[in-house]
Amino acid sequence: MLQVRNLQVHFPIKKGLVFDRTVGAVRAVDGVDLTIPRSTTLGLVGESGCGKSTVGKAILRLVPLTAGTVTFDNLELSALQNEELRKARRHVQMIFQDPYASLNPRQNVESIITEPIRTHQLRTGAAVHQRVNELLDSVGLPRGAASRYPHEFSGGQRQRIGIARALAAEPDLIIADEPVSALDVSIQAQVINLLADLQEQLGLTYLLISHDLAVVRHISDTVAVMYLGAIVETAPAETLYTNPQHPYTLALLSAVPVPDPVVEDSRHRMVLQGDLPSPANPPSGCRFHTRCAYAQRRCEQERPVLRDLEPGHQVACHFAEEIAVSISATRGGDVVL
Amino acid sequence: MSVLTRRQRADQLDDPDVANSLTREAWRRIRQNPLAIVGGTIIVFFVLIAVFAPMLAPFNPRSNAWFDQIRPTSIPGPSRDHWFGLDEGGRDELSRLIFGARASLMIGVLSLGIGAVAGAFFGLVAGAFGGWVDSLIMRLTDILLAVPSLLLALSVAAVIGQSQTAIVVAVAVPNIPLFARMLRSSMLGERQKDYVTSATSVGVRRRSLVMRHVVPNSLAPMLVQASLALSTAIIDAAALSFLGLGSADPGVPEWGRMLANTTRLLNVAPHLAIFPGVAILITALGFNLFGEAVREALDPKLRR
Repeated sequence: MLQVRNLQVHFPIKKGLVFDRTVGAVRAVDGVDLTIPRSTTLGLVGESGCGKSTVGKAILRLVPLTAGTVTFDNLELSALQNEELRKARRHVQMIFQDPYASLNPRQNVESIITEPIRTHQLRTGAAVHQRVNELLDSVGLPRGAASRYPHEFSGGQRQRIGIARALAAEPDLIIADEPVSALDVSIQAQVINLLADLQEQLGLTYLLISHDLAVVRHISDTVAVMYLGAIVETAPAETLYTNPQHPYTLALLSAVPVPDPVVEDSRHRMVLQGDLPSPANPPSGCRFHTRCAYAQRRCEQERPVLRDLEPGHQVACHFAEEIAVSISATRGGDVVL
Repeated sequence: MSVLTRRQRADQLDDPDVANSLTREAWRRIRQNPLAIVGGTIIVFFVLIAVFAPMLAPFNPRSNAWFDQIRPTSIPGPSRDHWFGLDEGGRDELSRLIFGARASLMIGVLSLGIGAVAGAFFGLVAGAFGGWVDSLIMRLTDILLAVPSLLLALSVAAVIGQSQTAIVVAVAVPNIPLFARMLRSSMLGERQKDYVTSATSVGVRRRSLVMRHVVPNSLAPMLVQASLALSTAIIDAAALSFLGLGSADPGVPEWGRMLANTTRLLNVAPHLAIFPGVAILITALGFNLFGEAVREALDPKLRR
């Protein structure tokens, strides 16, 4: 089980030619709590720049943490240093968005896949080669691929190589940062299904970071919606899609097109005004109040905390109940989103 | 078109013997490039001349046996015995050119080699450690860049005396900051890439992260710069010996100096300016063409 408590990642803004002065901070992640039970998938969604990728990197300690704890099973990742951290990283692996940039162009596939094995001495001698074949089989690549170089493969094949590399470390948790958004739609489904199969076989825990709501819905058990460095709503996947409560989630879901012109016409569209505010200078109170159609005085002053609406469904909004009532009043019943 | 490439990829995958590493692909592109063939032929030609100079040269380059034919108003030009004529000291111009290839190529290659290796070392340290080490090395290279290379060359010659070593040092030193900066900046660029992040998250040790991942992928611009800068180094070396910084012994043949000695005889014996000048030009052109081919082979934008 992965537990993230009050995670904060602030990147200092420095100025000065010789002596750097810190003149501010980009609050990329500003107080995130996450819990992912073993062998389940949490989908983390949000628009570009909301800090969702930084959360993934922070869990692996690839960016310095400003505050907060990350615990995986009994291992407190956020407390480890140097050699301990290096060894512990094996338990958490990452799959990257860009299948072109995430593979070293000068390593052949065998070398890419064996790197985690050799680094952590998981296998020795002939067993290494055996393991490479196993991994290639399990991600659906021909064994002949081992001697090939990344540029000889297509995007989807490269993503499979990336997955094989992640599996080679025998991790428990896999952080998939936009694993399919660089792929053709037809290939996306293959890779997502591969991830689902591997989870079933190996009991993996996933943190799936994506802006693609359909992909997240397909594979996630729980979905967390992030806005400007904080989580605004988290719920079991079906609940989030059928009964969203936070106005930001409502807006996100209403932007997903429905392939039915009748439904599409009758939908209640919520179009967000303006851009994502700068995380270097976030709005006071509720981060979303500058773009929220339901914002009131209190939203500017008091930052809402995640609170339970019903078991497993948490929302960070002062007026979630009122908004739900007002929407069903104007629409006269079910909201089609 | 994408269907075709997909098929070609699939076909390639079916053939187990043709794993194409980037190095091999680059080499294949170099071999198919006409620029590389012309440049390479020129380079090989001059290298062979330098290596086999004693066998190729018709006369001893230091022998002034024909000094009696030299007049202040006339120096014999090309003839049957002396294909490239005689120089102002009554020596065979062709033999001097052939032996001169040794000094000129040697100085160019050596000075560039020293500059590139030293530059790569500093760039590697700066790029690998970052932080204050990086700042320190980069400020030092700024200082080196601010010194005009000609001034530097003259001061080096003043300190260690007129010699070919002075030229080598003088051409090498200004190259150090160029190579250091180039390697550092391409390392910084590579370090941002996902495959490095991935190796970090796998738990790869820092040394192997730098040496196995970052450096091999940062070397391409260095290689290109080195092959292009070779021609500049040869021209610079010739220019410095033209200015009289070379060996104190006037008998040592070297293209730049051969050119320098004949400036005042241009109207009497134009062949003495033309032959060494053309030799320098063609050699530099050869390295330039080859360097251009290397650049084309390694440039990711031109890669299919």
